[in-house]
Amino acid sequence: MAKDLRDRVFTTISGVPVEEVYTPESVAELDEAHDLGNPGEPPYTRGIHETMYRGKLWTMRQFSGFGTAEETNQRYRYLLEHGQTGLSVAFHLPTLMGFDSDHFMSAGEVGKCGVAIDSLADMELLFDGIPLDKISTSMTTNAPATILWSMYLAVAEKQGVSWESLRGTIQNDILKEYIAEKTFIFPPRPSMKLVVDTLEFASKHVPQWNPISVSGYHIREAGSTALQELAFTLYDGIEYVEWARRAGLDVDTFAPRLSFFFNAHNDFFEEIAKYRAARKVWYKVMTERFRCTNPRSAVLRFHTQTAGCSLTAQQPYNNVVRVAIQALAAVLGGTQSLHTNALDESLALPTEHAARLALRTQQIIAHETGIVNTPDPLGGSYFLERLTLDMEKGCWEYFDRLDAMGGMVAAIEQGYPQREIQDAAYVYQKAVERQEKIIVGVNDFVSDESALDLLLIDESVAERQIARTRKVRETRDNSRCRTTLEVLGKAATAGDVNLMPLVLDCVRAYATLGEICDTLRAIYGTYEEPVF
Amino acid sequence: MPERIRVLVAKPGLDGHDRGAKIIARAFRDAGFEVVYTGLRQTPEQVVTAALQEDVDVIGLSVLSGAHMTLCPRIMELMKKEKLDDVLVLVGGIIPDQDIPKLKDLGVSEVFQPGVSTKDIIEYVRRNVGKR
Repeated sequence: MAKDLRDRVFTTISGVPVEEVYTPESVAELDEAHDLGNPGEPPYTRGIHETMYRGKLWTMRQFSGFGTAEETNQRYRYLLEHGQTGLSVAFHLPTLMGFDSDHFMSAGEVGKCGVAIDSLADMELLFDGIPLDKISTSMTTNAPATILWSMYLAVAEKQGVSWESLRGTIQNDILKEYIAEKTFIFPPRPSMKLVVDTLEFASKHVPQWNPISVSGYHIREAGSTALQELAFTLYDGIEYVEWARRAGLDVDTFAPRLSFFFNAHNDFFEEIAKYRAARKVWYKVMTERFRCTNPRSAVLRFHTQTAGCSLTAQQPYNNVVRVAIQALAAVLGGTQSLHTNALDESLALPTEHAARLALRTQQIIAHETGIVNTPDPLGGSYFLERLTLDMEKGCWEYFDRLDAMGGMVAAIEQGYPQREIQDAAYVYQKAVERQEKIIVGVNDFVSDESALDLLLIDESVAERQIARTRKVRETRDNSRCRTTLEVLGKAATAGDVNLMPLVLDCVRAYATLGEICDTLRAIYGTYEEPVF
Repeated sequence: MPERIRVLVAKPGLDGHDRGAKIIARAFRDAGFEVVYTGLRQTPEQVVTAALQEDVDVIGLSVLSGAHMTLCPRIMELMKKEKLDDVLVLVGGIIPDQDIPKLKDLGVSEVFQPGVSTKDIIEYVRRNVGKR
């Protein structure tokens, strides 16, 4: 065993070489005042709050949704009863792709990867008995974000809750859809117009809302390195700010509400370095590149989810340990909210038991480990500071390349980030197959373990969902609904007004998500990914 | 065994998770196979039409969304109709154990679950292609 270790090349999970030992000389260029600052002070490397978790713990926000709105509503109430502090909605694939549940492309997909939402009627059931002024809600929706956000805003109206008091996030990060997650509908340029509309609408009407969660999570899940995750995500953030500025928005009106979303993978120190570098690079981007004047515009707040792609179907209880270590990295990296994956998620959506254990993992970290007692407890570690500096340097190099390509939309059109990620995924897969990287229970330490009980979604969900949507179409005021869709279509064609108020009118008239998306598809067209 | 194995890698349904499909497509190419990748969101009809047009020996279906028990039966039915009985059909993705016998009854040759190595899949194809 000792011989094996000596022969090995030591690298992070992203393939970055690691030295034998780190000393003060390893970080000779580190200027503590300039590179680190104190927690709560620029460049925020050590955290965005002076007291960090002494003042307030992170939000424990478990991503959840399956079946119909009634079933997911029950799960939300269960999680809230067990101490979860925010909601996070997982929509099923037809909703994410802009199809109603009875569309032929939805066959077999209804309620499987998330909850089926076709119209405002479903959204009303989803939040039944959950007061929207008391919780914060994150919604993972991108291409149809304007529509689902409008449904949420309409539910708030019905509950008598003012939009000013709403707190939450729509993911609304369409760039990473083209790069990694691939749930796009329209081509990039009209999609960016919709994003800018939401930024403007939020700043005017829903001031506590985060209108974009710029997401590296999916980039990492698609196989990127930690550096690629960070660099592409922050550059996506740059692209949104650029587009909003070009549309005439003042940076300081929307930048304080931009939030980020990162992955927490297995390589503990590399991940912590990634979060620390993220804050520092974003601070420099906002102050130097965009010359923001509101200090809050330069503060990077982020959500973290543990890495789904690191979970194994083999020996699934091992996943509990992986998730705990990943969550620890996220907390030591100063996350504002956290989702911990359940042990059965490489096989299916989590059972109630598995979901509770995942939540308990966060509670143990928060209340038993003591790591919340002081901000950035690993700051000053030679190794961690070296990794943080290198992560930052790598970002600037990627930014130069992306600038030279003409920005992220242009880079996506050339397939650049897509190819970078595919190459990294393939290199990692090969390293696993050569046993250069060990995955316990998969390519080493293999043993049989009894199967888990899984949450399986049967086809009766689709029948119930389709029946409800058809009833909505029969009972609504169809002429009003048609009118709202026509008005939206005309405005989208003209292209010079914010579409959010018009989408809201469609939603209030119980136009379905599929109908609204069809109206926009007719004008914007759909995006077909070139095979890179 | 055909001189050069031709494989269609397909992503049926709405699932956009293409990491696995792209890795296996590349591994097949590195193994000397000719690979056609359909791209995302193919209907069962599109998958079978592509298999016919490309005259493939193998179809690899990648499904991670849980829709495999709707999509795979339809694809197998269309393949029977088109008399593509000699084509090896492989399914990869998030497939619960209990669905494997059902898929095999439909004519799927093998199901590969998470964690499988590309070498094992390539080996399986070499051993089984053209034997049906």
